[in-house]
Amino acid sequence: MNGIEIENISKSYGATLALDALTFTVQPGERFGLLGPDGAGKSTLFKILTTLLIPDTGRASVAGWDVNKDFATIRRHIGYMPGRFSLYPDLSVAENLNFFATIFGTKVKANYELIRPIYEQIEPFSKRRAGALSGGMKQKLALCCALIHQPKVLFLDEPTTGVDAVSRDEFWVMLGELKKAGITILVSTPYMDEAARCERVALLQTGKILALDTPANVVNAFNQPLWAVRADNYYQLLLDLRQASFTERAEVFGEFIHLTTHTGTDRESIVAYAQSGGHGNIVVEPAKASIEDVFLALM
Amino acid sequence: MNVITATNLTKTFGNFTAVDAISFAVKRGEVFGFLGANGAGKTTAIKMLIGLSKPSGGSTTVAGFDLTTQSEKIKERIGYMSQKFSLYEDLSVRQNINFYGGVYGLSRKTIRSQTARILDEVELQANANDKVGSLPLGWKQRLSFAVASVHDPDIVFLDEPTGGVDPATRRQFWEMIYAAAAGGRTIFVTTHYMDEAEYCDRISIMVAGKIAALGTPGELKQQYQANSMGEVFLRLVR
Repeated sequence: MNGIEIENISKSYGATLALDALTFTVQPGERFGLLGPDGAGKSTLFKILTTLLIPDTGRASVAGWDVNKDFATIRRHIGYMPGRFSLYPDLSVAENLNFFATIFGTKVKANYELIRPIYEQIEPFSKRRAGALSGGMKQKLALCCALIHQPKVLFLDEPTTGVDAVSRDEFWVMLGELKKAGITILVSTPYMDEAARCERVALLQTGKILALDTPANVVNAFNQPLWAVRADNYYQLLLDLRQASFTERAEVFGEFIHLTTHTGTDRESIVAYAQSGGHGNIVVEPAKASIEDVFLALM
Repeated sequence: MNVITATNLTKTFGNFTAVDAISFAVKRGEVFGFLGANGAGKTTAIKMLIGLSKPSGGSTTVAGFDLTTQSEKIKERIGYMSQKFSLYEDLSVRQNINFYGGVYGLSRKTIRSQTARILDEVELQANANDKVGSLPLGWKQRLSFAVASVHDPDIVFLDEPTGGVDPATRRQFWEMIYAAAAGGRTIFVTTHYMDEAEYCDRISIMVAGKIAALGTPGELKQQYQANSMGEVFLRLVR
């Protein structure tokens, strides 16, 4: 049993309730995404599950072990990768990896097969100081170090911040590979395109779960009319649309504005409204909701 | 009207050409995205454009001044927001604005009026005396942008401005950028997030020291027959 079980976990810091009776389960071998704004409680939950913080109430288990009673055992069987680079910058790539193997009482050789596909990409730089690696390579090394003791559960706290698009894509491909080894992954991210690469996601705000499902089901639950709108003066159009009586919400979405309207609003009335505001080259099309639309609607 | 005109801008380090004769122009009030993988030469190019590094070749003007001979003049007309948070965490919001206003040589009167304007713009009136270190990341980023504009520059350079924030906070930031651009300020922005690239009026993508693509997000997606800027980027960089 390599999963995570969370039952009624609450945690306060003074008067601030960081986690509010949180309950959910991560299946063994599942890749589970935790989404939410700064201050939603993501880091507090990570600290509780990695046994660095004791919850006020409720219980949680990681790979079958209780986070309060069995903390010492849990620590030997989990891997943790923080968003901030926290390897030793003055040690070489190989020295960092050896160091982490040693503190977990194992050898790099004994676990090499698990990290081989990742480590091979940074092996040409094994003598380089970790501090001198590029962002993408630092991230690969950190993942190797988090995996070197063959953990049952891997915790990734915003692992791709500041990493370029190619390296981020490669990183998610690697996480997919780990599925074969049966490792459960709990990953937090502020990026919605990454959320779509999880098997299930939970949207967290002020310590509560707003939605929990597969990315596809989260998107399908969005049932308001959604339009992609643009015109020559994008910013003025945004401000104008927010004043319209049919508007529920207007949000910038790259080249288009995503406009959520009340049910029953048709395309013609949106076009007419934009025309009456003096806008030129107006485009209004029905849009398909993304996980980002859902996030914005629920927040 | 162009506020940046780069013609064959080049930087070499020994035998290595980090920036290889790039040419582009950025208009007043434009939001210009400057993209590239780690190591493509982006940072080197930006360091030249903000006057911290002398070009090895080419002829470039920023805010009407020559990059090679008038870099000190350029610094007065540009703002810069680093990816690393660079306000003083132990100073209050108000003290930070005062400090940067002073660095840019603004008069006390101007600093007073700019402080009121910025507090209003980022909605931090109630927190003006709070230490900046205690603010949430999204507020810090918006305050950083406002402070980078304290001296009313022609161009603000943003180096990966929104790392690590959620979609709602990111949008608040972009709306602040749009408002500044609508007021005539040019925004020159780098980012690793391709969905964010779609917010720019035009985008350039650097690969191995050269500009491999330049256009509006719509033009680039059409040119590379891609559904998103992410696909365009991966196709060019891989």
